[in-house]
Amino acid sequence: MNFPENLRYTKTHEWIAVQGAKAKVGVTEYAQKEISDVVFVELPKAGQAVQQAKMAAVVESVKAAFDIYAPVSGKITDANKALEANPGLINQSPYADGWIFELEISNPAEVNTLMTAAQYHEAVQQAPKH
Amino acid sequence: MPYLSLTEEEKKAMLGSVGVRSFDELISDIPVSLRDPKIDLPSSLSEPEVQALISKLGRKNTSTKDALSFLGAGSYEHFIPAAAIEIVGRQEFLTAYTPYQPEASQGTLQAIYEYQSLMTELTGLDVSNASHYDGATSLAEAALVALKTTDCAKILVARSLHPHYRETIRTYLAGTPYKVEDLGFDAHGNFNLEELVKKLDASVAGVIFQTPNFFGNIENLEGVSERIHANGSLMILTGDPLSFGLFKSPGEWGADIAAGEGQSLGLSMSFGGPYLGYFVTSQALMRRIPGRLAGLTQDADGKRAFCLTLQAREQHIRRERAGSNICSNQALCALAACAYMTLLGKKGIREIAEINWDRASYLKSQISSLKNFEVDPTPTIFNEFRVKSKKPFARIEEKLMAQGIFPGVSLESFYPELKDQFLVCATETKSKEDLDRFVEALAQC
Amino acid sequence: MLISQDDRLSFEKSKPGRRAVRLPKARFSGADPLKDIPKGLLRQTLIGFPEMSEPDIVRHFINLSRKNFSVDTHFYPLGSCTMKYNPKVNEWAARQEKFTALHPLQTEATAQGMLQILWELEEGLKEISGMDRFTLQPAAGAHGELTGMMLVRAYHASRGGPTRTKVLVPDSSHGTNPASAALFGYHVVEIKSNAQGGVDLEDLKQHLDEHVACLMLTNPNTLGLFEKNILEITKLVHQCGGLLYYDGANLNPLLGIARPGDMGFDIIHINLHKTFSTPHGGGGPGSGPVGVKKHLIPFLPGPLVEQTKKGYGWASQSAKSIGRVKLFHGNVGVMIRAFAYLKTLGKEGLRKVSEAAILNANYMKEMLKDTFKVATSGPCMHEFVLSLKSFSTQGVHAGDVGKRLLDYGFHAPTVHFPMVVPEALMIEPTETEARETLDLFIAAMKEIALEIATDPEKVKNAPYTLPVRRPNDVLAARKPILSYRDQLREKLLAAEIAA
Repeated sequence: MNFPENLRYTKTHEWIAVQGAKAKVGVTEYAQKEISDVVFVELPKAGQAVQQAKMAAVVESVKAAFDIYAPVSGKITDANKALEANPGLINQSPYADGWIFELEISNPAEVNTLMTAAQYHEAVQQAPKH
Repeated sequence: MPYLSLTEEEKKAMLGSVGVRSFDELISDIPVSLRDPKIDLPSSLSEPEVQALISKLGRKNTSTKDALSFLGAGSYEHFIPAAAIEIVGRQEFLTAYTPYQPEASQGTLQAIYEYQSLMTELTGLDVSNASHYDGATSLAEAALVALKTTDCAKILVARSLHPHYRETIRTYLAGTPYKVEDLGFDAHGNFNLEELVKKLDASVAGVIFQTPNFFGNIENLEGVSERIHANGSLMILTGDPLSFGLFKSPGEWGADIAAGEGQSLGLSMSFGGPYLGYFVTSQALMRRIPGRLAGLTQDADGKRAFCLTLQAREQHIRRERAGSNICSNQALCALAACAYMTLLGKKGIREIAEINWDRASYLKSQISSLKNFEVDPTPTIFNEFRVKSKKPFARIEEKLMAQGIFPGVSLESFYPELKDQFLVCATETKSKEDLDRFVEALAQC
Repeated sequence: MLISQDDRLSFEKSKPGRRAVRLPKARFSGADPLKDIPKGLLRQTLIGFPEMSEPDIVRHFINLSRKNFSVDTHFYPLGSCTMKYNPKVNEWAARQEKFTALHPLQTEATAQGMLQILWELEEGLKEISGMDRFTLQPAAGAHGELTGMMLVRAYHASRGGPTRTKVLVPDSSHGTNPASAALFGYHVVEIKSNAQGGVDLEDLKQHLDEHVACLMLTNPNTLGLFEKNILEITKLVHQCGGLLYYDGANLNPLLGIARPGDMGFDIIHINLHKTFSTPHGGGGPGSGPVGVKKHLIPFLPGPLVEQTKKGYGWASQSAKSIGRVKLFHGNVGVMIRAFAYLKTLGKEGLRKVSEAAILNANYMKEMLKDTFKVATSGPCMHEFVLSLKSFSTQGVHAGDVGKRLLDYGFHAPTVHFPMVVPEALMIEPTETEARETLDLFIAAMKEIALEIATDPEKVKNAPYTLPVRRPNDVLAARKPILSYRDQLREKLLAAEIAA
């Protein structure tokens, strides 16, 4: 499985790509596999405040709904409208076209609490299989 | 014991297969102190005895077929086509489970899909769910959708809504941070536009009107949806769906949600239930609809197939994240409505509404000419209207009941300010003779 | 071909000018809708209902019905659903005009027979469950739970004291439990299950404090086992001032054997469409009466039925009542069926039902345990759970086995629930099934196990003998087509789909 080096990861399987004061957020390849076919994404609204480890979006499959947590605190600046017509982008391209939302980081120190690609890789290996 | 095939012999053999000597070994986990409770129930009856008992209890009722009834107020006496009764009686519909296994339930699923389609046509809105328990709970759910969608805390509810609807909405919202505020009615029983405009503020999530309202009035909602939408709120309409065959539909009024009672679409009154809550919304609210939805798709061989869809919103998947906790719908009632609407068809659904309006209009004009009764000529009605009695209504009711006539529902018990007023309903079930007999009896009072 | 292949909607069979029901031509008022109703109030848009003849409509729906599995045609061992036989005398009773033609707001004097049925049904439910008073208003189990949560809230609010914000549910519970609690702002806390699917006492104790409003349980639990520690559990929860709510979905095996009221439950709901044999109707109507102990009676929704000097009537609503939860009185037609069933069962019938239900389940479990892994050990109550995890190495899931069973002429058991068991199959035969039926099902399950070993693809792609196979639910959720209007918009008409 692919876990790009330049990203940071949460233990709840979100990735974050920091670009200066802003960051893009999505779910990892591991997550999209667990979720299976995404049928709908409930995107956050621009201007919405989010907190680290609190729910920011919801991804639905046929069988279940999965809460997507903000990796860091901040304010939503954009959401990936392409997911409205094509939620499957999350499965096809979880790190690029399947990004979910973008936010303005309020507390940059929080980024350092997140896992590196190597740490995330390790955590996923150890996750119980079912 | 009826319905069981287990004989004593089989019981012994099966206990042997299971490897226990007595049945009690199978319930050994149950604390002894709990076992064998004293249950005081009468002895079992045989089927002839059950039938005799039911018939005997039935004879203690005077139904609307035994008397001449003009009762309405949320439950209506209507003609039900015999073919509809046969369709709903099919065991494969009646004794089927919820269609979670679509391959085993295409009958139920297609019937629900057709019901959904018919409801979008009738209400003029875009997406219907598979039904709610009844009009009151459907409206309560509609209020919740408005509150959650707009993220506002208040619902404005017209006081001319059926009192049971208003009470149910309040029960549902009690103990939540949400508030309900009344909108009054004028002397004619219609809503007051000025009051609405005054009360529309940033805290309002939605406004609920009923048309025809509880007093039977068709409300004029010209320009209302524009105002409500300009305020960022949702417009929720409820009303007897049979009236949409003749009168402006919720979609034409600009409503976002049409939620209400579908009993008049082919369900018997049955002392209050089971009924049918319809719930239809604009396309924009599709993902917010509570309850079950039947959808069209393709199967693995490319054939048309129906299945339940958008279930991730529902309780069995979202658990505490679910927008509502509804589990069962009223599938058989939706089937009954589907059969009814299909049997009436394009022409019939309009005609039945015209006939209802005709019978009630005739009755209204006849009662208007009686000196001891007052009827407001202003409101446009569907099949119900208010009558004010110059003498105490209780006396009128007593006199007419003694002649085998149910004159109408007293309004005073619901609205203390409406003294001696009652609600009279005349549907297509009333012949001219019936109506004339009623008027004659009232004239004698 | 016996089952119609025609999958057109009524809308697609419609032809302009066709009619089914004909209505009276006479008009009495002399008024003309186009002249006498203000134009602004008249409907302007056409209603696009189908136009068909009655024979074609009847054929359309009867053919639809033949595409259904049902209890009257197939064995339906759905766990926690109690798909027992729906007695026909109940149908006969509910259809009597003396009941169907009753208006809900008729005077009490004209509905004495009806009110007596409601009263006696309530009395029967009280005796069977050990509770003190019932409201018959809730329309279904989930509605009963909602009502229950409102009662919990109202009760605690009336006592003042610490704010109770937590509702405890077992991690094996049915989805409606947490959904009901969350609607009222309760924080839902899941309590771990032990290996028997029972409440882990230690985990429970850790969560018990003065902020607990209620513990929601079903007993037997969703693994089909009786909660051995139930008396301890109810005592612990009461000690911290919390209430206990009983989900009545699994009441069938307890009839005449034990009562939730005696176990310490304060509020219960009963599913008339499960335990009391009323038909499921393809997904309702059901009925979920809620029973309470004395201290909660004042909060019940009203009006309740009472005995009066003249017979029976409506009690005036208590000042502390939470208010109505529904229009009128509840699903009366369903209650009439349950009443007839209650009369047929009588005192003697209760235990016969529960014993046969428990025996049937244990027999099936015993016959299947060498081929499949049973999730629990020891005797079960009315249902048991299999775990089909071992078959995932062949790529076969519990759902696939459920689909293959349809080919063998059985409705699938409950699949993938409870979630605490991987690849779960929950089986509840009920008491109305003959041993031969159980044997046929057992034989089918064993054949399917063989198929999984020798030809797993066959099971993975089942079913083959039904009108459709594996509807694409991903497509249905991504591009919802929910009405004929949607089809017109997406141009998905019959001819094009069949291509």
